[in-house]
Amino acid sequence: MKTCLVVDDSKVIRKVARHILETLNFEVREAGDGREALDACLDTPPDVILLDWNMPVMSGMDFLRALKDSDIAQRPKVVFCTTENGMAYIRAAIEAGADEYVMKPFDRETLESKLQIVGVA
Amino acid sequence: MRATLTPSASGSSSAMNMIAALLEQRAGQQIAANRAWRIETALKPLLRVRGLKTLDELVAQLSASRTGELGDQVVDALLNQETSFFRDAMVLDTVSEAIRAIQAANPERRVRIWSAGCSTGQEPLSLAMLLTEKGMMQDALAPEIVATDISPAALNRARAGRYSQFEIQRGLPVRRMVTWFESIGGDWVAKPELVRRVQFRQHNLTSDCAPAGRFDLILCRNVMLYFSPTVRRQVFDILSSAVRPGGLLVLGAGETVIDLTEHFNPSEQFRGFYAAADGATPTLTTAR
Ligand SMILES: C[S@@+](CC[C@H](N)C(=O)[O-])C[C@H]1O[C@@H](n2cnc3c(N)ncnc32)[C@H](O)[C@@H]1O
Repeated sequence: MKTCLVVDDSKVIRKVARHILETLNFEVREAGDGREALDACLDTPPDVILLDWNMPVMSGMDFLRALKDSDIAQRPKVVFCTTENGMAYIRAAIEAGADEYVMKPFDRETLESKLQIVGVA
Repeated sequence: MRATLTPSASGSSSAMNMIAALLEQRAGQQIAANRAWRIETALKPLLRVRGLKTLDELVAQLSASRTGELGDQVVDALLNQETSFFRDAMVLDTVSEAIRAIQAANPERRVRIWSAGCSTGQEPLSLAMLLTEKGMMQDALAPEIVATDISPAALNRARAGRYSQFEIQRGLPVRRMVTWFESIGGDWVAKPELVRRVQFRQHNLTSDCAPAGRFDLILCRNVMLYFSPTVRRQVFDILSSAVRPGGLLVLGAGETVIDLTEHFNPSEQFRGFYAAADGATPTLTTAR
């Protein structure tokens, strides 16, 4: 079973994501901000991270930088989620090391398609 | 043949049957009795736009109108046009391999590809992206991609290359999205240099003869499944008249030629593809 770490400061969004991911046969873990997410990754890296971009404690961008600098052996794939769809914004996330992006709110098919693209579904 | 459809909240059984007959006549598609509800759901927006309350009123207008334009709109609304970028991505990878092999065997001419039933353009545009990325679209001998559909509305959307956030997310990797599309007013619009690679044309597989010239590879995916076996046979005849000797046919997952045509056999070289049967001079191995 593949594992997915859902990183979002909204409990509701985490719950929705968890529900979808479980129907896609993922084992789901949750983190409420970038810092918690980094700890979770250092502990046991997941296969993929669903990463919210705007979080209070450590933003998605800061998290990606920290992940890059960390010495995690197997870097997880990162799908970042936003409500923005500006080109500059998306490019910045890709340059920072995100593998894919998905707009909120997303449905099962969309998320599944993105997980397939990064090779974990 | 066709089952009689039962009346519904907004249409008598004769109205439903007339609409089903129109769809069959124009697009070769049959509506199963247990899917008659689709007629109602699919036509609701059209009823609203036209200020009509029931399917019977729509049928009355259809009978009165002379141009057939309303009929086009009705048929359009009833067609399933579901598609996505890079649908069955592995199949498209095999398509690009096949194109490379055909190009290598025929270095003196352009390879020709037909995307039949291209819907809103995601299939041919995906192929154009893929072939360009693989460096196969560079010179004057770049493959020619002809994409056709029965639906004028779908083709207009394809030519505009404009997709919603929802559509663009389906199957399109983000790097390709930022390379090939521009974000305009909340939508994503394909760059002109991409759309230019594809020639979009209206074509009805069940009543028109094939587009001029022969094709090396035909994609006709997720189109046949809506046709009856009899109509499928006819469509395979059209496709076989359009394919070069030894050329290839690609169907959707779950679609087959078995028991429906003698013109195509499973390809030995490309798994899941079909090769034109009457190829005394296979295009893949003999430069013609
Ligand atoms: C489900 S879509 C498939 C699109 C694409 N090939 C794919 O696999 O994603 C089927 C398309 O076939 C078109 N179609 C249906 N009947 C047709 C006909 N008689 N001639 C040409 N196209 C037709 C529909 O308009 C629709 O766009």
